[in-house]
Amino acid sequence: MYQERIRSIVAKSVKLSKDITDIQDSDDLYSVGLTSLTTVNLMLSLEDEFDIEFDDNRLSRQTFESIAALNDAVEELSA
Amino acid sequence: MEAHALRTFAQIKATVHELGQSIVAAHANDVDQQARFPHEAFAALRSERLLSSYVPANFGGDGLSLTEVSELCRILGHYCSSTAMIYAMHQIQVACLVHHGQESTYFSGYLRRMCEEQLLLASATTEMGVGGDLRSSICHVEVEGDQFTLTKQAPVISYAQHSDAILVTCRSHKEAPASDQTQVLVDTAKTKLTPLTGWDTLGFRGTCSAGFTLEAQGHKDQILPTPFSVVLAHTMHPVSHLTWGSLWTGMAQGATNKARLAVRDMMRRSDELPQVTALRLAELDEVLFSMKGGLAGAMQAYQAMLDSNNLFQAEKYGFAIQVNNVKTRCSEMVVDVVSKALQIVGIGGYRNDGKYSLCRELRDAHGAALMVNNDRIRGHNATMQVVVKES
Repeated sequence: MYQERIRSIVAKSVKLSKDITDIQDSDDLYSVGLTSLTTVNLMLSLEDEFDIEFDDNRLSRQTFESIAALNDAVEELSA
Repeated sequence: MEAHALRTFAQIKATVHELGQSIVAAHANDVDQQARFPHEAFAALRSERLLSSYVPANFGGDGLSLTEVSELCRILGHYCSSTAMIYAMHQIQVACLVHHGQESTYFSGYLRRMCEEQLLLASATTEMGVGGDLRSSICHVEVEGDQFTLTKQAPVISYAQHSDAILVTCRSHKEAPASDQTQVLVDTAKTKLTPLTGWDTLGFRGTCSAGFTLEAQGHKDQILPTPFSVVLAHTMHPVSHLTWGSLWTGMAQGATNKARLAVRDMMRRSDELPQVTALRLAELDEVLFSMKGGLAGAMQAYQAMLDSNNLFQAEKYGFAIQVNNVKTRCSEMVVDVVSKALQIVGIGGYRNDGKYSLCRELRDAHGAALMVNNDRIRGHNATMQVVVKES
């Protein structure tokens, strides 16, 4: 349910190779421009936006690989 | 397929020590002076079937664990850094195929062939124009029908001309962004390699890490089925730093052994413990101890992931930082250890000839922090340090 807010943050923090509107929720963000370094910007922006904290256990590629995965993480962390 | 008697790891280690003391050590100076490929060492490693030590037994290899293969890298590091480095680089490519290629008919067949023919694998990861960033490619693999073509400007392909195959990273198709990468296993004999740069360096001269324009073609089955981003995180990144860390520890151990030999000879001559040099030897061993400890911790963590078949754990930032620390610390401590050994040995270590010479070791040691630049790795760690809560 946070997809739209997440999308606008992804569009701002990641240098995407296509328009955010052309990216599906399940698309692999790493194949459209997300890198390990921009993941950090993305994570910090998400923490600010949703007032959450990513624990070390979540700090891996899987958490950040798609809008859907990010939505799951944000939902769990803000629960 | 010819059946090979199973051998224990203890037997394999003994064989590597034996080869190391005889053939590898005997040619190390010439390899260094001529900046040439260690042909003799690799002929011997092939004849002892040591190029397939990491390949599982059902394909015809020894099925050693990564901890055990790293131990072989460490042993070779005592005798010839270039040989050990090439052996480690080969094992990194082998691990990529073993971890990520077994599901494919082509790659499982290739693993069998690798064991039978003792093939040597090289790698072309970096590319002109990407500034050393492994996770970006400019070139791409072009597939037409069931065939592919691939051209890459590679500033470094270690021992390219002496390899049987090269694992090349590239974008997965023409329209793919720089980070959507794949790996293609190209047959060196069918690949055109046009030299771009030579390899006349201070150390690690035998790795022949020259640059080439690579032009390859082949069957599309030669494209590794797993995306490179996954291969890198799960295998290439940890295996590289752990096998390199191991061989650098071997180099440091070799230098420490020479220092010990020198102190012992001094004691024989004077019948007294040489106070200052013996104390320095004790201090030197403390550095070596830290080097071994840091390496062993990360090795244990990765081996546990391999044993539980859970390589997703390797994606965790905490582990990535730990593995990067192995690279930065071991590559800097090896310089420290060899330099301290030189202080202990004195002029005998500074000489290019004689049993105490540490010149080649010192030159090689300086390559460890530079061949994959530590500052780049620290840059990655710096970013990850911002987000982890505890390392």
